[in-house]
Amino acid sequence: MTDDDRGRMLDAIGVGSVDELFEDIPADVRLDRPLKLPDGLPETEVFDRLAALASRNAHAEAEVSFLGAGMYDHYVPAIVDAITSRSEFLTPYTPYQPEISQGGLQAMFEFQTAMSELTGLPVSNAALYEGPSSVASAAYLALGATGRKKLVASRGVHPHSRESLVTYGAGYGSEVAEVDLDAGVTDASALADAIDDETAAVFLQQPNFLGAVEDVESLAQRAKEVGALVVVACDPVALSVLRPPGQCGADVAVGEGQPLGNRLDYGGPSFGFFCATEEHIRRMPGRIAGETTDVDGRRGFVLTLQTREQHIRREKATHNICTAQALNALAGIIHLSWLGKRGFVELGELLVRRTAYARERLAALDGVELLHQAPVVREFAVRLEAPVARVLERCAAEGIGAGYPLGRDYPEHEDGLLIALTERRSRADIDRLAEVLEKAIKESRANAPQAGTPGREAEDVPA
Amino acid sequence: MADASYPDDLKYHPEHDWARIEGEVATFGITWYAQDALGEVVFYETPEVGTEVKKDSSYAEVESVKAVSDVYAPLSGQVTEVNEQLSDGPEKINEDPYGEGWMVRVKLSDPSEVAQLMDASAYRKLLEEAS
Amino acid sequence: MAKPELTETPMQGDPATTIFERSVEGRRAGALPEPDVPETPMDELIPKRLLRGKPAELPEVSEPEIVRHYNRISRRNFDLDTGFYPLGSCTMKHNPRLNERVAALPGHARLHPAQDPRRAQGALELMWRLCEALSEICGLPYVSLQPSAGSHGELAGLLLTRAYHADRGEERTKVLTPDTAHGTNPATVTMAGYEVVKLATNERGGIDLDDLRARADSETACLMLTNPNTLGLFDENITEIASIVHEAGGTLYYDGANLNAVMGRSRPGDMGFDIVHLNLHKSFSQPHGGGGPGAGPIAVSERIEPFLPRPQVVRRESSNGAEPAFDLDFDRPKSIGRLRGFQGNFGVFVRSYAYILSLGGDGLTEASETAVLNANYLLARMSEGRTGKFAPVAFDRRCMHEFVLSGAPAKKELGINTLDVAKRLLDFGMHPPTVYFPLLVDEAMMIEPTETETRETLDAFAEAIDSILAEAEDDPEVAQNAPYTTPVRRLDEVTANRRPIVRQPLSLS
Repeated sequence: MTDDDRGRMLDAIGVGSVDELFEDIPADVRLDRPLKLPDGLPETEVFDRLAALASRNAHAEAEVSFLGAGMYDHYVPAIVDAITSRSEFLTPYTPYQPEISQGGLQAMFEFQTAMSELTGLPVSNAALYEGPSSVASAAYLALGATGRKKLVASRGVHPHSRESLVTYGAGYGSEVAEVDLDAGVTDASALADAIDDETAAVFLQQPNFLGAVEDVESLAQRAKEVGALVVVACDPVALSVLRPPGQCGADVAVGEGQPLGNRLDYGGPSFGFFCATEEHIRRMPGRIAGETTDVDGRRGFVLTLQTREQHIRREKATHNICTAQALNALAGIIHLSWLGKRGFVELGELLVRRTAYARERLAALDGVELLHQAPVVREFAVRLEAPVARVLERCAAEGIGAGYPLGRDYPEHEDGLLIALTERRSRADIDRLAEVLEKAIKESRANAPQAGTPGREAEDVPA
Repeated sequence: MADASYPDDLKYHPEHDWARIEGEVATFGITWYAQDALGEVVFYETPEVGTEVKKDSSYAEVESVKAVSDVYAPLSGQVTEVNEQLSDGPEKINEDPYGEGWMVRVKLSDPSEVAQLMDASAYRKLLEEAS
Repeated sequence: MAKPELTETPMQGDPATTIFERSVEGRRAGALPEPDVPETPMDELIPKRLLRGKPAELPEVSEPEIVRHYNRISRRNFDLDTGFYPLGSCTMKHNPRLNERVAALPGHARLHPAQDPRRAQGALELMWRLCEALSEICGLPYVSLQPSAGSHGELAGLLLTRAYHADRGEERTKVLTPDTAHGTNPATVTMAGYEVVKLATNERGGIDLDDLRARADSETACLMLTNPNTLGLFDENITEIASIVHEAGGTLYYDGANLNAVMGRSRPGDMGFDIVHLNLHKSFSQPHGGGGPGAGPIAVSERIEPFLPRPQVVRRESSNGAEPAFDLDFDRPKSIGRLRGFQGNFGVFVRSYAYILSLGGDGLTEASETAVLNANYLLARMSEGRTGKFAPVAFDRRCMHEFVLSGAPAKKELGINTLDVAKRLLDFGMHPPTVYFPLLVDEAMMIEPTETETRETLDAFAEAIDSILAEAEDDPEVAQNAPYTTPVRRLDEVTANRRPIVRQPLSLS
């Protein structure tokens, strides 16, 4: 703004200075000093600062990563970036004026269709924030639908999801009972015992956090008998080969959408998908795009069932969500279109086979034992006969991110490591992992402190 | 859409609900004014048979595209019949609010409450004063 | 503008076709790496009954078709890079492209959230510095970046409130919100297990203090407020309000949606707020993306700090005086826990941090000053002529960064309502303001120009509204049947709600 502009505008308003426009702010809450922030920097310097920060991160181009635990280093095709960086998708507001938002609304409709296909459930919303909060949102739906207060969750559900259930539960007034795993999968009889006619919902994960494929259909039975909702949190890529939760008795399927079209981005932004049976459509959280026609009979799309949402229903809304993750969901549908019907299956099958190969190679190593033998899709757990943190340290020095240590989340598996595969991890990468891991275990065992000696700094590093 | 009308054989509640009284049983619905203010009804979920309704309390909600309104019981009693047609055809509430748009039939628990309701001319007057 | 011709535009004549409808069996876009491991049959690795029977019916299209499809539908969108969005309380300011460039750096973009913190020092430092900056802007000492959007921050705030009261052995049941509050506030109150108590607004547009004094009691957990409020008005009684609520023992929550009015001029922490959420997709330039992503970090006072979500980003001084290490602190015994996975929408933090570095303290202050100047200028223009007559301002006092007009006179005297005005504005190539909110104002139009718009754009908007009203004086049907030139015209939302079609029926009927 030029001084001339400013002058003209102040005249039009009828004041002498910008300060006068702030006169309503009482003196005792006025900030009488400049903000204690550095002065603004030119673009080149901002870039350099951000690049310097970036260079201090061991990212997936700097090391070969087998880290998973809900987010995976998949290849995001170049067209996803090209399309999502278009002004028309990047910069518009939420499509409350549908006549000029047909692009975004149609993309939502296509996304909803794709997620329904993947999960086998007929109703999908246009995405929530991410995985674990979507699990907590499913609880809100179940509590409202059943009028009950108890939630039952398998310990195979992601630790962040279970923790979110407890955190949100403080507001919901609900309690969460956890059910242990047995041989890597949910203990079926313990699950059945934990469920009663006060249970609003039962939470399972597919594949579970330890990578194991669960028998959702069997596990769902007891819940169905008592009228509790079955909520399955799923890895969307695994749905390329696994039986969809909708066909296994799930009432709601949610999950972390990051593997579809979204970068790791140190954990976000990504998206959470949320699908349900027709019965629950009016309890769904978040935005939903619907098909309709205009006054001239043209096909078009609108946000539908808005009376569920906070801007209309306010304190009785199905959820408080407003801004969600529309651009990330768009990335998801573009990626799914790029993989296509056959490519999506091929991806799943490639992952299953490479994971089987990796599991076999690692199990054969000295100092490595499989944590469970249950079937897996793209992630599996092992036990190491050496301190996990030290092993990871040594692998990192060789340029390998060997996996996610299980100890903090599963104290009974302090020696556990979770290893994930994506299509970017080739057989050669797996072979190198095996080589490096074996060496790292050997070296870590050789330097293991005597019992009773305080642990080294490496072991205190949080995962 | 029907023209504004307030049949003389009905009783009216200030929250824009009507009652047709037949002995100990009454039929309820919302008035022409209520459906006009709401706009086109897109959703109405019938309460269950056997539900207790209380005079001046809400027993259901009607939804338009951009709004939700409570439906108030003009009288107290127990729901004996519900209009199932409205689940698939909520537009009947707009098209024929006093006929096919009826919502519930109720066995009255306290017929003396009828005396507190307005007749058609009193209700028309209420609407005139409000505008 | 002359009465619109009713001939079809090219885009109107191009029917909407979904990506699924473009499928041709056998086509595909992406190729995957060749299998380099044994091709064991799937049912030897996973029991058949756990396997999918039929593949998901995803599109079968080539890459050029995908690109063309999404490019074409993108052109059916209006967007901020193309035109003006005077949406009240949305703060649609320009999204600098530098932010996209730095967010895409592999060090940020391809970093796994579970990476060992010692090998994610750049990311953790960025988060820590962003927290420091937000803390200074808000005037509160501690920040959590975990919440993913404003609503998420609101939920965090009320759960923190709950934990705070529980820790003191108190159980409180009610949360106060003004009747002008954004819908997310009451929705959040219910999710957090509280009861909404509505507070009246006085003739100045602020909280009715008598009503507040009457209702703030030992059941009051919190008052949720935004200042300036959704009317764009600064509540001069804020210090008194804070004192009433604190005396009653409640916490004071600030909805940061309107922060763009006060950066560098006033800070919610100094106003007495205990918990503040910020919308990085509003004041801090994160692009809206058609409905997200955003982020809703929270800043809190000393007494709320122990309950912050886990993990917190901390800076540890090494004992030997070497460079401090940034870390994730999980050791927080009183924490409310987690509201989501990992650390939050880091990609959004990168962009907002770049924005804050670019503007600096002076720049942020200037942004707020210009936002308020632009709004007052636009209000001055719109208080003249037809607009002043048919859509007068709802509260006649100085506004801050936004203001609310009432279209009630236009409805009564010209026969066009606020919706009609909004739809006709689409033909002028501008996005309408926020309409029918706040509920307090009849036929409301909430207008927030932001600081990145020029005077010419503001003039053009004022002129457009004026000509729509002029048109209506002559023939209200023009606006009533608008828009005419958009890719589709007014849509049948009634049928969309009565018989919702929310996906293309493919394998599922």
